[in-house]
Amino acid sequence: MSSLGSAGAAWTADDTIDVLPAKDGNEIQNYMINFGPQHPAAHGVLRLVMELDGELIERCDPHIGLLHRGTEKLIEYKTYLQALPYMDRLDYVSPMCMEHSYVLAIEKLAGIEVPLRAKYIRTLFAEITRILNHIMNTTAHAMDVGAMTPILWLFEEREKLMEFYERVSGARFHAAWFRPGGVHQDLPAGLLEDIIAWCDGFPKVLDEMQGLVADNRIFKQRNVDVGVISKEDAIRMGFTGPCLRASGVAWDLRKSQPYDAYHLVDFDVPVSTDGDCYARFMVRMAEMRESLKIIRQCVKDMPAGKHITDNRKVAPPSRSEMKRSMEALIHHFKLYTEGLHVPAGEAYVATESPKGEFGIYMVADGTNKPWRCHIRATGMAHLQAMDFLCKGHLLADAPAVLGSLDIVFGEVDR
Amino acid sequence: MGIVAPEVGKHSWPVMATHDGLKDRLAELLGDALIEVIAHAGETSVLVQRDRLVEVVTKLRDAPDLRLNQLIDICGADYPERAERFEVVVHLLSMALNLRLRVKVSTDGHAPVPSLVEVWPNAGWYERETWDCYGVMFAGNPDMRRILTDYGFEGHPFRKDFPLTGHVELRWSEEHKRVVYEPVKLAQDFRSFDFLSPWEGTDYVLPGDEKAGK
Repeated sequence: MSSLGSAGAAWTADDTIDVLPAKDGNEIQNYMINFGPQHPAAHGVLRLVMELDGELIERCDPHIGLLHRGTEKLIEYKTYLQALPYMDRLDYVSPMCMEHSYVLAIEKLAGIEVPLRAKYIRTLFAEITRILNHIMNTTAHAMDVGAMTPILWLFEEREKLMEFYERVSGARFHAAWFRPGGVHQDLPAGLLEDIIAWCDGFPKVLDEMQGLVADNRIFKQRNVDVGVISKEDAIRMGFTGPCLRASGVAWDLRKSQPYDAYHLVDFDVPVSTDGDCYARFMVRMAEMRESLKIIRQCVKDMPAGKHITDNRKVAPPSRSEMKRSMEALIHHFKLYTEGLHVPAGEAYVATESPKGEFGIYMVADGTNKPWRCHIRATGMAHLQAMDFLCKGHLLADAPAVLGSLDIVFGEVDR
Repeated sequence: MGIVAPEVGKHSWPVMATHDGLKDRLAELLGDALIEVIAHAGETSVLVQRDRLVEVVTKLRDAPDLRLNQLIDICGADYPERAERFEVVVHLLSMALNLRLRVKVSTDGHAPVPSLVEVWPNAGWYERETWDCYGVMFAGNPDMRRILTDYGFEGHPFRKDFPLTGHVELRWSEEHKRVVYEPVKLAQDFRSFDFLSPWEGTDYVLPGDEKAGK
C-alpha cells in the first residue's frame, strides 16, 4: 500500500505506524483502518484499529468500552434484588444465564436452599437460553461470511423460545425471573407440553440450516483453518466455553462443577480438536442438540413442588397468603423495601454460560447491598485474543474470527 | 493430604474439588510471601505480599499438586477504611484438578502491583480494567491505557469516593457540531436510599434522634 494520504489524519494518534523507505525515495507505511464502532459485523459497538500490510492484518487493537454503563458501580448502590435486572442487560443474548450466576452467588453467600423443582426449572431455562444464544451466534456468524438464509430461518425458532420466556416471566428478553431461592413464578399450565412440541420440531430446522452451511464451499473457505488457536494457547489466554472446547479441551462447568440440576441430567460435551472458526461453529451446533437432550430430561424428571424457597426472609409470600396473614404482609413489605441481608463474606460463583465461564465475584458486608460485585465477562478474554488470532490473516477473515468468538458488548463492556 | 472430590447435588451453587490440608500446603509452598489464608463459603483466598505476586502465582501454577494453570480474572476492590485501601484479586483455576484459588494483594493506590502479563497474556486487559476503574498501577504491563471509560476520561470511577453520577455529562452540541462535555446537572438531587432497619444497628444517628442520646 503506498502513501497513507489524508485518511491517516482522521484517527487518534495512539498508534504508531512504521514508516519504511521505498526504493524510489517515497515513504511506504502500513495502512491503518478503523473497523467499527458502527459496523454490522462488529456485533455491537467494537472499534478495531487494524494495521494492514496490503490486505494482511499486521496488528489488531480492539477498543472496547463504548457500551460501558458502570453496571458494577450501579449494583453497589442497589439492594440485592434491585440489582438483579442489571444482569439481563449484560449479555442480552442470553439473559437468564446471566441471572443464573448472580442468584447462585447470593445463594452461596447466604446459604439459601433451593427446592428441587426450582433447580430443574432453572436448568431447563438455562438450556433454552443456551439455544437462544447459539442460534444468534451461529446464524450471525454465517451472515458475517455471506450466508443470509440461516438467520432468517432460525430467528423464527428464536422467536418461539422468546415466547417461552414471555410466558414464564412476562418479558421477551429482560426476564428478571431467576431469584435467590428459585424463580419468581411457577411455570404456567401447558408450558412444558409446548416446550416438548417445540423440541420435536427444532432438530429438523437445525438440520436444514446445518445442511445449508456446514458443507458449503464458501462457508468452509471462509472458516476452516482461520483463526486457529492451540489447546495450550487457549488455556493460557483464558478461553472458556465453546471456544475452549473447539481447541480440544473437554472442560465444561456443567460437568466438572455442577450446579442446580446439572448433576441429574445426562448429556455429552462436544469437543473439536481443530481450534479454528469452523470448529467453534460446529461445537455450538452440536451443543444445541445436547441442550435439547437436557431440556427433554428436565421436562420429564421435573417434580411437583415449590418453585421458590419457603424462607420468607428470602422469597416473598404468595398474594393469597398476604391477604390472610399479617406476618406475610410484613415479610413482603420488608423484602421489597429493605431487601434480603447477605452475611459478610466473599464468594466467586461461575456458571457455564453459552459463551463460557461467566462469574460473579461478590463481596458482601452484611447489609442489604453488595459491597462489591465484579462481573467476570467471558468475552473479555476472547476478544483480547483477537490480535493473536487475526495476525497474518486477511482483512476479510476478521469478521469470521470475531463472529466465531461470540462477543456481545453488553457483557464485555459491562 | 490431597484432592477431595466435590460433594455434588447438596446445594444449588457450583461445587468444585477441594484440597484438604491446603492451608499447610500453601504455607509450605509460599513461605514468607504468604500473609493469610482465608477460607469462606467453601472457597480459599490467600493474601500475599504485593511485591512477590509473580513469584507466588508462578509457584501455584507449577506446583504439581495444585496446577492452577488458568488465569480466570483480575479485579480490584476498594475498602477506604483500610490503610492500604485497594485490593487486587486474582482468580485462578486448575482444570486438571478442578480447583479454584483466589490470590489477593493490597495496595494504597500509589505502590504498583507487579503485572502478570509475563505469566498469562490475558492479564493485560484485566489489569488495564483495574487501572481504569481503581487507579491501581501495574508495573511491567506494557499497555496501561484506559479500557472501559471514554477517551480522555478523568478519575477512577469504581472508587468508593467517586460519585455514582460522575462529574461530567455529554451531549451533542448543534452549535459546535460535536459532542461536548459539561458538568453534571441533576434535575433532582441524587438520592441514596438506605432501607436498613433502625432496630438492627444503623451506624448513624437517625434524623430527629439527635437529642435522644443527650
